[in-house]
Amino acid sequence: MSGTNGAYVRIDEDLKTFKVSRRAFVDPAVTDAEYREIFDKCWLYLGHESELDQPNDFLTRTVARRNILFARQADGEFRAYLNTCPHRGASVCRERSGSAKSFQCMYHGWVFGNDGRLKHLPGEDSYGENFRESGGGDLTPVPKLDNCAGFWFVCFDPDGPSLDDYLGAAMPYIELLSLHSKHGMEIVGGTQEYAIRSNWKLLTENSVDGYHAESTHATYLDYLMNVSGGLIKQPLVGRAFDLGNGHAVLEYKAPWGRTIAQWIPMWGEEVKAQLEDVKAELVERLGPDKADRIAHYNRNLLIFPNLIVNDIMAITVRTYYPDAPDFMNVNAWALAPRREADWARQYRLYNFLEFLGPGGFATPDDVEAMEKCQMGYRNLKEARWNDISKGIGKAEPSFDDEAQMRAFWTEWQSRISRADGFGLAA
Amino acid sequence: MTFRLTRDEAEEFVFAEAEFLDDWDLEAWLDLFADDAVYNVPSTDLDKSAKAADNLFYIADDRTRLEERVTRLKKKTAHAEFPRSKTRHLVSNVRIRKIDDESATVTAAFATFRSKDGVTDTYIGSTRYKLVRPNGALKIAEKWCFLDMEGLRPQGRISILL
Repeated sequence: MSGTNGAYVRIDEDLKTFKVSRRAFVDPAVTDAEYREIFDKCWLYLGHESELDQPNDFLTRTVARRNILFARQADGEFRAYLNTCPHRGASVCRERSGSAKSFQCMYHGWVFGNDGRLKHLPGEDSYGENFRESGGGDLTPVPKLDNCAGFWFVCFDPDGPSLDDYLGAAMPYIELLSLHSKHGMEIVGGTQEYAIRSNWKLLTENSVDGYHAESTHATYLDYLMNVSGGLIKQPLVGRAFDLGNGHAVLEYKAPWGRTIAQWIPMWGEEVKAQLEDVKAELVERLGPDKADRIAHYNRNLLIFPNLIVNDIMAITVRTYYPDAPDFMNVNAWALAPRREADWARQYRLYNFLEFLGPGGFATPDDVEAMEKCQMGYRNLKEARWNDISKGIGKAEPSFDDEAQMRAFWTEWQSRISRADGFGLAA
Repeated sequence: MTFRLTRDEAEEFVFAEAEFLDDWDLEAWLDLFADDAVYNVPSTDLDKSAKAADNLFYIADDRTRLEERVTRLKKKTAHAEFPRSKTRHLVSNVRIRKIDDESATVTAAFATFRSKDGVTDTYIGSTRYKLVRPNGALKIAEKWCFLDMEGLRPQGRISILL
């Protein structure tokens, strides 16, 4: 037996099995411990720089149960605050997004600049002389805020590691996402906000699962085959990489079109020539290796614990949080190269909603699978363990093995065992 | 020549459409659409004027994708709808908004219930139809469903036809 065994993860090296306790998916105490030891300590995705394109732009967003106000100052600097008035606690910004130099709390009228400073205090002469100077009337910034290649993250642990140290070997994969166009990348309008009646960790697994497509997504693959010229003769082939700190990536070739530069016959000869130009620009700017990876390789990237950036037939940026052990809220955005051709943007978005969207030909079946797993855990007393053993012990695990999930669970076990009462064997 | 459409006819048409869906008579439902029809469900944070070509929708079907959607829903491997859910499409507030030479714009309000595995989900919104008569019979050229929810929470999916 290995030394990494804990209450929830069991590895048997003789049998070559990796098991996860189904209690990890149903126990409210586990969800509480996850907020304390994971969501309150890890770097979490907040938003993409393109969402605050201009100085004074802002948006509000829920991150790990907190209401965050993400704003750019007049000088362009990115800031993030807890969206709560220092006076009585009301949300100081109640809009989803917009442009504003200041925010007025609707309750007693306190006004804050987008630098977080208290700008106007009604009845100020009734407060102590140094009330404003003391800073006690300013918005509370998030403890840590930083970005990697335009992806902004927050960390609620003031003593946590730097973002660079946290991301580690995952950084080059995030950077690669920012290089598809010399004009940069942007989040496209329209957010897919949905919920799944299952544990959040099932979506982490599902988002990097190269094993389920043939069965879960049979109808999607049928669709691609039915649509004339929807696929090329490229077998699914590639690798899974454990990037450390619970991060992991699948990198593989696939038969579907990539609007960045993998052509399929359906798009026609004119587009083929355009994509050859795009590829040539990538080669010139980034060299043949990176260009080839951007053009022809798919990547399902997991940043521990709950950021997924899948660069496949479109690019999804997806994050999700548990409300309860058996309920999660999901937010998903489409990332795309700025100034891409109109046809490419259109196909990219169609690819997204067909495969990645909850109204498409694949995601509803993922949701069904996750909800049926959760339903299966009602049998936990007799049927206790999930199996995550596929490809165990391989030196070079395939994209359709489960090494990437074992990387997640190993980090999860290590962090959760620090919570009070969670360090003991089950 | 101006397009002819009475409110009775518009109501009968959208009520019949709802019944086809609740009976899971998907071929009959598909037959209500014109050859170049579109069926759109925008994401809930988009303006009603947003286009699918440069905004992320939940559903943006042309005729081909719409047919494929129906084909898919008839398969056992459309797991989200196997076994099939029970649905009830309630349609109300039907109004003729505009009549042009060759089409009419009709709007309605809807509440659609989907029940499966002990859970009933509700989808609420408004529909905007563009109706045409390519060969005399009334057909849908465009169907837009604007959801009034703030997201698919808790529904999680639009695996049925709205």
